[in-house]
Amino acid sequence: MGMNLVAILMLVGDRLKYVALVAGLAFATLLITQQGSILVGMADQTGAFIRDTGQADLWVMDPEVEFSEDGKALQDTALFRVRGVEGVEWAVPIYKNWLKAQLPDGRKLNMIVVGIDDATLVGGPPMMVEGQLDDLRADKAVFIDARDADTKLLLTRGRFKDNPQPLRMGDRLAVNDFDLRVAGTMKLSRSFFWDPVVYTTYSRALAFAPPERRLMSFVLVKVKSGTDIAETARSITEATGLQALTGKQFEKLTMTYILEKTGILVNFGLAVGMGFVIGLLVAAQTLYAFTLDNLKQYGALKAMGAGNGTLIRMMAVQVLIVALLGYGLGLGITVLIGKLIVATDLAFLMTWHIPVVGGVAILIICLCAGAASIAKVLRLEPAIVFKS
Amino acid sequence: MPALMPIEQSHNPGSHSSARGLAIHCKNVTKSFSAGGTSIKALRGIDLDVKLGELAMLVGPSGCGKTTLISVVAGILDRDEGECLVFDQDFSKMSGRQKTRFRGQTVGFVFQQFNLLPALTAAQNIAVPLLINGVSHSAAVKVAKEMLDRVGLGDRSESLPRQLSGGQQQRVAIARAMVHKPRLIVCDEPTSALDHETGHVVMRLLKNVALDHDRALVIVTHDARIFGFADRVFKMDDGRIVDVIANPSSLMSPADQQH
Repeated sequence: MGMNLVAILMLVGDRLKYVALVAGLAFATLLITQQGSILVGMADQTGAFIRDTGQADLWVMDPEVEFSEDGKALQDTALFRVRGVEGVEWAVPIYKNWLKAQLPDGRKLNMIVVGIDDATLVGGPPMMVEGQLDDLRADKAVFIDARDADTKLLLTRGRFKDNPQPLRMGDRLAVNDFDLRVAGTMKLSRSFFWDPVVYTTYSRALAFAPPERRLMSFVLVKVKSGTDIAETARSITEATGLQALTGKQFEKLTMTYILEKTGILVNFGLAVGMGFVIGLLVAAQTLYAFTLDNLKQYGALKAMGAGNGTLIRMMAVQVLIVALLGYGLGLGITVLIGKLIVATDLAFLMTWHIPVVGGVAILIICLCAGAASIAKVLRLEPAIVFKS
Repeated sequence: MPALMPIEQSHNPGSHSSARGLAIHCKNVTKSFSAGGTSIKALRGIDLDVKLGELAMLVGPSGCGKTTLISVVAGILDRDEGECLVFDQDFSKMSGRQKTRFRGQTVGFVFQQFNLLPALTAAQNIAVPLLINGVSHSAAVKVAKEMLDRVGLGDRSESLPRQLSGGQQQRVAIARAMVHKPRLIVCDEPTSALDHETGHVVMRLLKNVALDHDRALVIVTHDARIFGFADRVFKMDDGRIVDVIANPSSLMSPADQQH
C-alpha cells in the first residue's frame, strides 16, 4: 500500500469533501444511468406490438408508413398481390386502429383495436391469461390485456363508484357502438402507446370500424423455408410497390420516428448531459478545493522526496476511489429505482450498455476533474513548505 | 527496515567537501527571483561551510535570504550561480528525479508549521519518508513507533495531529525528519510556534537525538533564545552572510543561558 494508503487516509480524513465528491459522482451516475434506462425502456416499448406479433417474417405496408401505429390503409387486393409473390409461404391481413369505445360503467375512451386473420388467427397475442386463442372465433368476442383490465379499464363510475371492478371475462363493452364481449384476457408487452388494446378477428374489426377505416393496415408474411427473407422483401416491393420490412426493421423505423418526432431523444439527451455537467462541476470543484487545502502537504511530500509519479499515483488512487464509490452508489440507486418501477407501466430498461456508458462518463468526469488538480500539484514548487 | 537505495553517482563522490569533513560547501551562491518584471536578488554570493556533526543556525531579518539559502542547500530550489555541494553531491548535475531521490534519502525537514498530514496518526506521519523510499507500510510504522519512543511520545502513536499540542506536533515532525536517517536535517523556524519551555525541549531533542558525528543540522530561526544550541551562527543580511559567530551562547540572555 505505502503511499497509496497515505492517499486514501488523506481523502477520507477530509470527510466533508470526501462525501461531497462521492455524492456528486453518485448523483451524476444516477442521472446518466436512470435517464438512460428510461430512454432505452421507452425506445424498447415502441416495438412492443411488433414483437408481440412474432410469427411473421415480414410486415408489408404502405410505403409512407412511419411507425407501427401509422397503419395507412391498404386495398384488399394488396393481400392477393403479396400472396402471388415468389417465396411467400402465406400472407394474412391485420387491422390496427384507434376506435371509440365505451365501458359498462359508461366511460368513453379510445382503444387500439387489432383485428387478426379469422381463419388462422395469425398475429394473435403472445400469451393468454384467461381463455384460449380459439375463443376469439365466438360471436362478439374480444380479448383484453390483463394489465389493462386492472388499470385503464377499471370500472369506476355509476354502480361501480363505491366498489371499482376490473373489466372481467364475460363483461360487455361497445366499440364504435358495436356490442362486444370479453372472451379472454391476454398478456401483452408493455407498449409506448398508452391506450388499452383489444384483439378481435379481422372481419369483426372491419365490421365495427367506421367506413373510412374499413381497410387493412398491414399484411403479415411468412417466407418459405430456405428462401432469403431480404430477397423476398425486395420481390414484394417490386411486385406491389409496397414497403416490406422484417420485424427488426419495422421496430427500428418505429423507434427512430417516435424518438425523433416526440423530442424524447433530445430531452433525455439533455438530462443525461446535465448529469454529466453537474457531475463534472461538483467533482472538479471539490477535488480542486481538496487539492488546494492539501497543497502544503503535497509540497511537504515533494520536499521529502515524493516524485511527481508518486503524487500522480496518489491522486489517481483518490480519484479512483471516489469514482468507484460514486459510480457504485449511483448505479445501485438506479437499479433500486428500476426494481420499484418494474411493477408499473413506466418505461425502464437497463441494458448492459447503460452501466458501461455511465462508467465511461464517470471516468471522463474524473479524468477531467483530476487533471486540473494533478496539474496544480505537478507545478507546485516544494519550496512552498517554507512559506508561513 | 530494508536499506535505502543509493543515489546514482553522476559525478565524483570523493570530492573535497567530505574529504575536508564538510556536510555543506557553498561558494559564491547566487539566486534571483523575478516579480512583476523586476529581478530580486535573494542570495548575493553566499559562502557557507557546515561541518559534519555541526549544528548551524542561519539568522537575520525577514527577507534576508535565509529560507532561500536552506531551500538551495536542501535541493528544492536551484541556484543561479556558484557552487553548492551537499555531501559531495552537486544538485546542478542531477536530473529532477535524482534530486528528488537524493532529498528523500539524504535530507530531513522540520517545518515551522509542522506540516503533518492531519488525517494520519503520529506514527503514520513519521513513517511517510520511509514509505516514500519504498519501505513497506508495516515495517515503516514499526520503525516510526521506535522513533516516537526516542522523542518521548511512545504513548501517542495513534494520536492524530489535532490531538497533540504544538510541542508534541513538532516532536513528531522531528521524528519524521530523522526516521530515514538522513545526513542533513534542515529546520525552518522550528521553535517559533512554540512557547519558551517547549522550544528548549525541541532544541535539546534536535541537538541530542538528531545530531550525530556524520550528520549536520541547519536551522533557520529568529528565535534568539535558542542561539546557544548552535555550534555556529551565520548572520545574514541582504542576501549575504555578514557575520559568523563561533560562540553563540554569548548572544543569549543570562536567563536563557541558565535554562
